Amino acid sequence: MRLHGTKVPHHKNTAGSVPVPLPLPKEVVIPMSMHIGRPARVVVKRGDEVKVGTLIGEAEGFISAPVHSSVSGKVLKINEITMSNGASVQAVVIETDGLQETDESIKPPELSDFDSYVAAVRKSGAVGLGGAGFPSFVKFSVEDLSRVEAVVINAAECEPYITSDTRTMLDKTEFIFKGIEAIKKFIGTKKFVIGIEDNKGECIKKLKEFCDKTDGVEVCVVPSIYPQGGEKVLVYNTTGRIIPQGKLPLDAGVIVINVTTLAFVAEYLETGMPLVSKVVTVDGSAVKEPKNVIAPIGTPLKNLLEFCNTDSEPAKILYGGPMMGISVPSADVPVLKMTNAVIAMDEKEAAPPKTTPCINCGRCLNHCPLRLDPRAISKAYARNSGEDLEELYADLCMECGCCSYVCPAKRPLVQTNKLAKALLREYKSKKEDKK
Amino acid sequence: MKKLISSVSPHFHSPITTQKIMLDVIIALMPAAIASVIIFGFRSLLVIGVCVAVCVFCEWGFEKICKKENTTSDLSAVVTGLLLAFNLPVSIPLWQAAFGSIVAIVVVKQIFGGIGQNFANPALTARIVMMTAFSGSMTAWVFPDASSTATPLALFAKGELDSLPSLLDMFLGVRGGCLGETCTLALLLGGIYLLVKRVISWHLPVAFLGTVALMSLVCGQQPLYQLMSGGLMIGAIFMATDYSTSPATKWGKIIAGVFCGLITVLIRFWGNFPEGVSFSILLMNILTPYIEKLTRAKAVGGAKR
Repeated sequence: MRLHGTKVPHHKNTAGSVPVPLPLPKEVVIPMSMHIGRPARVVVKRGDEVKVGTLIGEAEGFISAPVHSSVSGKVLKINEITMSNGASVQAVVIETDGLQETDESIKPPELSDFDSYVAAVRKSGAVGLGGAGFPSFVKFSVEDLSRVEAVVINAAECEPYITSDTRTMLDKTEFIFKGIEAIKKFIGTKKFVIGIEDNKGECIKKLKEFCDKTDGVEVCVVPSIYPQGGEKVLVYNTTGRIIPQGKLPLDAGVIVINVTTLAFVAEYLETGMPLVSKVVTVDGSAVKEPKNVIAPIGTPLKNLLEFCNTDSEPAKILYGGPMMGISVPSADVPVLKMTNAVIAMDEKEAAPPKTTPCINCGRCLNHCPLRLDPRAISKAYARNSGEDLEELYADLCMECGCCSYVCPAKRPLVQTNKLAKALLREYKSKKEDKK
Repeated sequence: MKKLISSVSPHFHSPITTQKIMLDVIIALMPAAIASVIIFGFRSLLVIGVCVAVCVFCEWGFEKICKKENTTSDLSAVVTGLLLAFNLPVSIPLWQAAFGSIVAIVVVKQIFGGIGQNFANPALTARIVMMTAFSGSMTAWVFPDASSTATPLALFAKGELDSLPSLLDMFLGVRGGCLGETCTLALLLGGIYLLVKRVISWHLPVAFLGTVALMSLVCGQQPLYQLMSGGLMIGAIFMATDYSTSPATKWGKIIAGVFCGLITVLIRFWGNFPEGVSFSILLMNILTPYIEKLTRAKAVGGAKR
C-alpha cells in the first residue's frame, strides 16, 4: 500500500532545458534569512568590497545557516526587507562589478571525521533545496549515529512545472553519488534509497546505471501521484516507515535529503564554493520561453522573467510550484537559496476560482495523503474548538494542497488548515500552562 | 506595474465543480427518464417537467426572499426535481407533484441552509411526506393503456405470486411502479456512468444491493427479483449516495449500505409497507454523522490517545 493524494498536471516543459547562466544583474539583494531558524548576522558594512563566496552573514545559534555573497562587487547598503512570510529581515544589497572574482579564502574543506564533515556542511550554507530551507547540517548532527538506518534521497520532484532537480540528476549525477559516498564514510549509513516519480524516465535510467556501480543504493520508483515528494509520504512509500506525529524522520530511523542539496554538498566538499547560485526553473502560462537558468542568489525575479521572455504584466508570480509555492508581492523580490522555480501566471491561470458551499462530497478527505479530514477541520475551526482540532490531528497537515485542489466547491481548505493549526498551537500551549 | 494577485497555495485547482457533478447526475438519470416515457407514456414528461420547474423556482424564490446568493446554477435543484418525479406514479395530480417539490426544496433543503447542509435527502423526504398525505394517488399504478396494476412488491405482500411479471420485464421495467424506478437496465447504465465519472464510489450501492440479495437468499426469496423490485435500484444508486446525507468515508459508506439493506429487507418481509427503501435511506441519513465519526480514517503517524 502507498500513500498518495491526487493526480495533478505535470507541465514538465523544461525537463530537457539544460540550465543556462543568467546575465549578471546590476545589483543583488541577499536576505539574512533564507532558511528555517534564526536569521544570520550581517558581518559586512556599507562600502565593503566582496567577492563570490565572501561570507556576509554569520550563522546565529544552532538552527541557522551562514550566507555568502553571490557576486563580486561593493556593498551598497544594508536594508530591512519584508519576506513573503511577512517577517522583516536584514538584507545586504551588493552592486556587481561584473568581474565575478572568487574570494581568496575559497578552498576545499579539510575532512577527517564526522565532526569535520558536519562542520563543512554547516559552512557551505546548505539548506533544504527542495523548498523547505531547513539547515542541512542540523539533520546530520546526530548524537547516536546508529540511529541512522537509512538515508532517503528525495528526487520525487512532484510539483508541476519544476525540473531543477531533474537537471541535477541528469547534469550532476556523479555528485549525487559522491555525496552518498561522503555520508557512507562519515556517518556510516549503509542503506540509501532514491525516491523518484515514474515520470522521469531518463533520470531513473541514469541513476540506475550509477547504482549498479555503488553498493547499498536503490532507486525506488513511485507513481507520479502528488505529493510523492512530501517527506512523510516519501519515507513511507520508499521504506514503509511512518514518521510519528511531531517527530523527525530520525525518529523513524531515516534522514531525508533533497537530491540537489546532496549534490551541492558533494560539490562543496570538492571546491569549497558555498551556496551562491541556484538552478531555477522559470515557467508558467505567462512565460513565453520556459527555461532552466543558473541565477546568483539575490537576483531579482524580474531579471529571470525578462530573460525567459515573460509577459510584461503577469497576474501572479510564485516562489516554487503551483501546489505549495508562495505568491510574491512583486517581481523585485530576490532568488533565495531554496528557490527552485519561479512561476509566472497569466490572468487566466491566476484567476481565483469561485468558492461555493461545501457539498460534503468527501473528496478532500479521500485525497488527503495523511488521511486527515479537511472538511471536519474547517468546521472545527469555525467552531473555534481546539479540542476537536486536536482530535482531528490538524497539526499533522503538511499543507500539500490536495484538498483544495480536488474540492469541487473550491473551498480554501489549505488556508483554513493553516489557521486551524495556529489555533491548535495556541490551545495546546494553554493546556500545557494549566498543567 | 499593476498589483500582483496574492493568495494562499495551492495555485492550481482541478476542473471539477459542483455544477459539473450535478450535470453528470442529470446525464446519468436520462436513460431512466427516457425509459419512463416509453413505459408510462408522455405524461411522465409532464410530471418530470413540473417537479424540476417547481424545484428550481422554489430554490430561486427562497434565496431571493432570504436575500441569499442565487445558487440555481449549481443544478442541484434540477437533480432533486428529477429524483422526486422518478419517485412518483405517472398518474399523480400535478398540483400534488408541485406540493412535493416545495416540501423538498423549501422544507428539507433550504430551511436547513441549502446545498450540503440538509441532513435528509430532499426528494426522498418529500416522497415520504406525499405517501402519508396523498396515500391514494401515490399508490395508483396506471399504465398508458389505462390499465392499472399492483406493484410486484404489493403482489408479493398479498401472496399473489402468479400475477408477477417475468424477470425480463422486471429488468426492462415493464411493471407497476413509480415512473423512474422500474427500468433496472436504465438505472444500471446511469450508475455505471456515475462510477466511471467518479461521481459516486461503488461502496454504498454494492453494500446496499449486496445485503438485500444476501438477506433475500437467507429468507428464501428470489434475490434477483428483490433487487429489481420497488425503488431499490434508484435508491441504492442515486438516493443513498447523495453527498450531503451519506457518509463520506469508505467504511462509512459500506456500513450505511449494509444498514440500508437490512432495514429494506426488514420492512419488505415483515413490515406493514410493501416497500422499505425510502425509510431505510432516511434512517441512514439521520445516522450519517455518527457513522462518519465512527469510521474516520486513522491519520498517518497520528499519536495514539
